[in-house]
Amino acid sequence: MSATVTAPPPTTPRPKQPGRRRTFLGLDRDGLMLAVPALIPVVLFSLYPLLRGIYLGFTDAQAGRNAATEFTGFENYTQLLGDSYFWESFRIGLIWAFGVTILQFFASLGLALLLNQKLRLRWLARTLALVPWAMPPVVVGIMWRLVYHPNAGILNSVLTDLRIIDSNVEWLSSLSLALPAVIVVGVWSGMPQTTVVLLAGLQSVSEELKEAAAMDGAGPWQRFRNVTWPALRPVVTAMTTLDFIWNFNSFSLVYVLTEGGPGGSTRLPMLFAYEEAFRYGNYGYAAALGNAMVLVIAVFVVFYLRRRYREEG
Amino acid sequence: MIMRGARTLATPAKYLALAAYLVFLAFPLLWLVSTAFKPPQEMALIEPTIIPENPTLENFRLAFDQQPLARALLNTLIIAGVSALVTVLLSIPAAYVMARYRSVVSRMTTLWVLLSQMFPFILVIIPLFLLLRDAGLYDTQIGLIIVYVVWSMPFALWMLRSYVAGIPAELEEAAAMDGAGRLRTLRDIVAPLLVPGVVAAALFAFVSAWNEFLFALVLLRTPELQTISLTLVKFIGAEGVARLGPLAAAALVATIPSLVFFAIIQRRLVGGMLGGAVKS
Repeated sequence: MSATVTAPPPTTPRPKQPGRRRTFLGLDRDGLMLAVPALIPVVLFSLYPLLRGIYLGFTDAQAGRNAATEFTGFENYTQLLGDSYFWESFRIGLIWAFGVTILQFFASLGLALLLNQKLRLRWLARTLALVPWAMPPVVVGIMWRLVYHPNAGILNSVLTDLRIIDSNVEWLSSLSLALPAVIVVGVWSGMPQTTVVLLAGLQSVSEELKEAAAMDGAGPWQRFRNVTWPALRPVVTAMTTLDFIWNFNSFSLVYVLTEGGPGGSTRLPMLFAYEEAFRYGNYGYAAALGNAMVLVIAVFVVFYLRRRYREEG
Repeated sequence: MIMRGARTLATPAKYLALAAYLVFLAFPLLWLVSTAFKPPQEMALIEPTIIPENPTLENFRLAFDQQPLARALLNTLIIAGVSALVTVLLSIPAAYVMARYRSVVSRMTTLWVLLSQMFPFILVIIPLFLLLRDAGLYDTQIGLIIVYVVWSMPFALWMLRSYVAGIPAELEEAAAMDGAGRLRTLRDIVAPLLVPGVVAAALFAFVSAWNEFLFALVLLRTPELQTISLTLVKFIGAEGVARLGPLAAAALVATIPSLVFFAIIQRRLVGGMLGGAVKS
C-alpha cells in the first residue's frame, strides 16, 4: 500500500474530482472504507436473497434440510397457470390493489384539498390524518376487528340505530362482505402518505395562476381542471403507482383481519405465497408466485415510466 | 380572496366534508380507546357507549397478566433500538459517500432504494430464512436485527444523503486545507451538522422495526423472543367478548412508543411539506 497512490500529501487540498486518482467503482480508498460497512450487509442480506429468491422460483425447492433442490425451468409456472387458487388470489389481489389505490386517491385528494384551505378544525383533521401512519399494521387490524365485531362492534350498532340493518352483520366472515370490508381498512391505513404527498403537491401550485384564472372568470371546477390538476399530475402518477405496488404486495393488515378467509375470499397473493412457503413448505412454488407478482408490478412500472416520459417530453 | 362570495356559499359543504373525514379517521381510534377502558359487562351492550360508564384499568392488568406482554415489549424495544442504532452508524458514512462522490455506488444505491420498494417480500424472505437458518441465526434476535437494519437502510441512506448534500462543501474544503482526511472531516465537521438528520433516520428505523410483522412472523419462533406484533396476533386467537378489552388494551400499549416517536419526528419530517397548511 503506497502512500502516493492512496493519500495525497497532507498539506495539499483534496482534489474534487475523484476520477483523477486510482479508484474502484469511482471511490478512492477513504470512500471505500466509508461505504463498504453499509454495502456488505446490503449485498449479503438483501441483494443476494432477492436474486436467490428469483432463482428459487425456477426450482422445486421444498422445506426440509435434506431435500435436494433441482432446477425445473418453467414447470412451476405451468403449474401456476393450471392452479385455480393462483388465479383466484391474483384476481382478489388486483381488486384489492385497484380498489384501495383508487378509493385512497380520491379520499386523500378530497382531504388534501380541504386541508389546503383555511378551515376551522383543520389542525385536528391534519393530526388525525397522520395517526394511522404511526400505528403498527397489527394494531390497525385489531382495531378494525373491534369496529367490525358482530356483537360488540360499533359499526353494527350504529347501522342498527340508523335502521340501515336489522340484524348484526358478520363483516369479516361473510364471503361477499369481507373483501370490501378489508378494502375500507386498507384505505384508512394508507391515507396519510397519499394525503401528505398530494397536499405538498397542491401547495406547489402557483397562486398567481389560480388568481389569474379566477380573474378570467374560471369557476372553482375550471380552476381545478385547468390550473391545479396539470400541476398536480406528475405527483399523482408517481404516488398512485407506488400505492398500487405497496397495496399489491401488502400482507400484514389482511393477515390480521381475516388470515385470507373466509373461504379464501381475501387471500391476497402475498398471503397465498406465505401459506405455500411456510405452511406447506413449497419454497420453489412460493417464489414462482413472487416472480409472477413481479411481472404484474413491472407492467405498472413500465406504464408509469411511459407516462412520466410523455409528461416530461 | 377574489371569490369570497362563492367561497362562503360553499363553506357549509366543506365543513360537512371535513366532518365526514373526521368521523372516518377518528371513529376507529375512539372505539379502540373506549374498548380498552371498558369493563366486560359494558362490552356488548345493545346501546354501546363511546365513553365507558365505569372506566377501568382492569383490561391493562389482564393484558399484562395473561400474555407475556411486558416481555414482548422489552424484546421489541431491544430489537428496534439496536436496529436503529446500527442502521444509523452504517448509514452516516455511506450517505456521505453517496452525497460527495460521483460514483457508480451512489447511482446503484439510488436504484436499489427504488427497487427495494417494488419487490414482493416473499422473494426475499424465503432465501433470508434459509440463509439465517444456515448461519445459525434463525430464531434469534440478532438475525431479526440484521434483517431490519438492511431493510431500513435504503430509506435512511436516502434521507441522510440529502442532509449531507445540504452541508456546504466549502466547510470540508477548509478542513482539507488544514490537512484533515476524509474520515476526520466526516467525524469532526460533517457528523455534528448531521444530528437532526440522524435523529430523524434513527426514529424512522426504530418505528419501522417496532411496527414490523412479517419478518418477525417468519424469523422468530421461540415465545420468549417474540415481538409485540407477534404477541398481539396470538391474543386474537381466542376472541370471546370478554377478551376484547385486554386485546384493545394491549394494542393501545403497543402503539404508544411509535405514537410518541412519531409526535417528535412528525414536525421535522412532514413540517416542510405541510408548512403552509399548519399555519392558520
